[in-house]
Amino acid sequence: MTDITAEPGAPTPIDPVAPLGPGAQVAVAAASRATPAQWRLLARKPTFLVGAAIVVFWVVCAIFGHQIAPYNPLAQQLLATNAAPSGAHWFGTDPLGRDVLSRVIVGARDILIITPLATILGTILGTALGLAMGYFGGAFDLVTGRIVEAVLALPSFIIAFLFLVAVGPSTGSLIVVIGFVFTPLIARTVRAAVLAERHLDYLSAARLLGESPARVMFGEILPNVLPAILVEFTIRLGYAVFTVATLSFLGFGVQPPTPDWGADIAADYIGLTAGYWWQTLFPALAIASLVISVNLITDSIEQVLAA
Amino acid sequence: MATFLVKRLGLMVLTLWILSLIVFFAGQVLPGDPGRAILGPFAARSAVQALDTQLGVNRPLLTRYLSWVGGVLHGNLGTSYTFRSAVEPFVQAALINSVKLALLAFVIVVPLGIIGGVIAALYNGRWVDRVISVTGFSLATVPEFVSGIVLIVVFGVALKVLPVTASAGAGASDASQFRHLILPAIPLVFVLFGYIARMARAGTIEALNSDYTRTAVLKGLPRTTVIRRHVLRNSLLPTITVIATQTGYLIGGLVVVESLFNYQGIGDLIFKAAQDKDFPMLEAGILTIGVVYVLATLAADLLLIALNPRLRFGSSE
Repeated sequence: MTDITAEPGAPTPIDPVAPLGPGAQVAVAAASRATPAQWRLLARKPTFLVGAAIVVFWVVCAIFGHQIAPYNPLAQQLLATNAAPSGAHWFGTDPLGRDVLSRVIVGARDILIITPLATILGTILGTALGLAMGYFGGAFDLVTGRIVEAVLALPSFIIAFLFLVAVGPSTGSLIVVIGFVFTPLIARTVRAAVLAERHLDYLSAARLLGESPARVMFGEILPNVLPAILVEFTIRLGYAVFTVATLSFLGFGVQPPTPDWGADIAADYIGLTAGYWWQTLFPALAIASLVISVNLITDSIEQVLAA
Repeated sequence: MATFLVKRLGLMVLTLWILSLIVFFAGQVLPGDPGRAILGPFAARSAVQALDTQLGVNRPLLTRYLSWVGGVLHGNLGTSYTFRSAVEPFVQAALINSVKLALLAFVIVVPLGIIGGVIAALYNGRWVDRVISVTGFSLATVPEFVSGIVLIVVFGVALKVLPVTASAGAGASDASQFRHLILPAIPLVFVLFGYIARMARAGTIEALNSDYTRTAVLKGLPRTTVIRRHVLRNSLLPTITVIATQTGYLIGGLVVVESLFNYQGIGDLIFKAAQDKDFPMLEAGILTIGVVYVLATLAADLLLIALNPRLRFGSSE
């Protein structure tokens, strides 16, 4: 068994958030050497293609949902409430007689807006912090590193939950809170990638040329660690889908009557005991298909890079 | 090892301090006026101000923080807005319920995950491996409320074999309470299984490919002995780490599972407190969860040191 320390300079042998195990670390390290041939290999992997096809399907639903949906997702038909799946309503209707299929199609929109934006926010903040930690090193890295480490030792979902209660539920606060929660995670990965670059000749050359720290960090180091950041981004995207779906189930996302998978499940799952399984099962399957496909894409990228 | 312990404990203290700052800031500074929150939007301004003075919330922030932390350190976590009484008994009862549910999930998932991972590793690359890996991977990525609903539909509604609420009610026998907890524990098991199996598989494959395993095989030890004595002992260390870190995810899952199955645990407590804007209850619940999590990871680190001689006597620190 090799050293289980996740990164150079980690103060403990424990990696508090490495649910993906050593594979992710390998992939992040290998990503800096990604070649066009590897990306072509990726485009031929069946798992990647299936995952990408499902994600593209939901993206199309998110953009053109109102055009594709057979009914208006908000239109109530009080004479056809709780109707079982039929030719007219493939996924049945909900307690207000709204078409479940239409709500599932249109409900893709918010999760597909919130998830990437939150992940992008976290990636930008985390990259800036990680670059600064790795580049400046010394006391700054020591202090910031300890704080990052300490924050990572907290159950992040609960912290996000607390902040969402404090600022109130909305799409914007969901994006900001998830972005902030991801920041230390991404900062740690970027810092590790920067440390690997730090002593290379091109950086000494840039410094000798008198380039400013900001120019060295963003102009010289950033392009070289970008593939590692992209891999980290896709990993976080999978978590973000999981987290956003869960938080909107708990009522922190889109507010009714706007269709949303998590919120619709929360509103209708009481009907399960009465046997109205279609109202919750179809949005649940939609969430499952999205999370699994995002993770299939991430997993394929990792495998291709680790090969 | 002494340096490591000091560093580890120092990190824990820092984590707890940051936790207190986060809870204080998000629970008491961000939401604004607690007097208004308690008395409602139609109360007179003078009444709100009087209550604020009584609660001490119009003092400077630093004073408020220090007196709050002082109270917490003395076990005084606050007074619930909803119940108008101390929050500690509620938190304590909820914590005990949650620990029961979490323990059941762990008791099921740890052996299952390790066995699954080890079997996958022994059949590395063959269909058994692929089935275990793909199943674990898919289950781990699906949120608990999604798998929970599928389980309710299948076992509670279609087959009617298991109760769909977690609480058996007051005075129920232990066996009945246990039966009610099976269904809620399964979504937690699903999410954790994939991670544990994945780690156990990776560790086992690494140990199988090591020189000491080759030596053990070459000197003629039976295959089961090789696996038991040489492979498993080395492959399970990283798995312990994963199990400990997964307590954090487990706690996130508890909020969802407890509200889905209507179980009076700590996740349900903070969810209800959030809905009622009962900030003292919410803060107490979150502090408790944070402290339990920090202690769990500390225990795992200490266990890892105890099990790994290289860390115990190591020069790595």
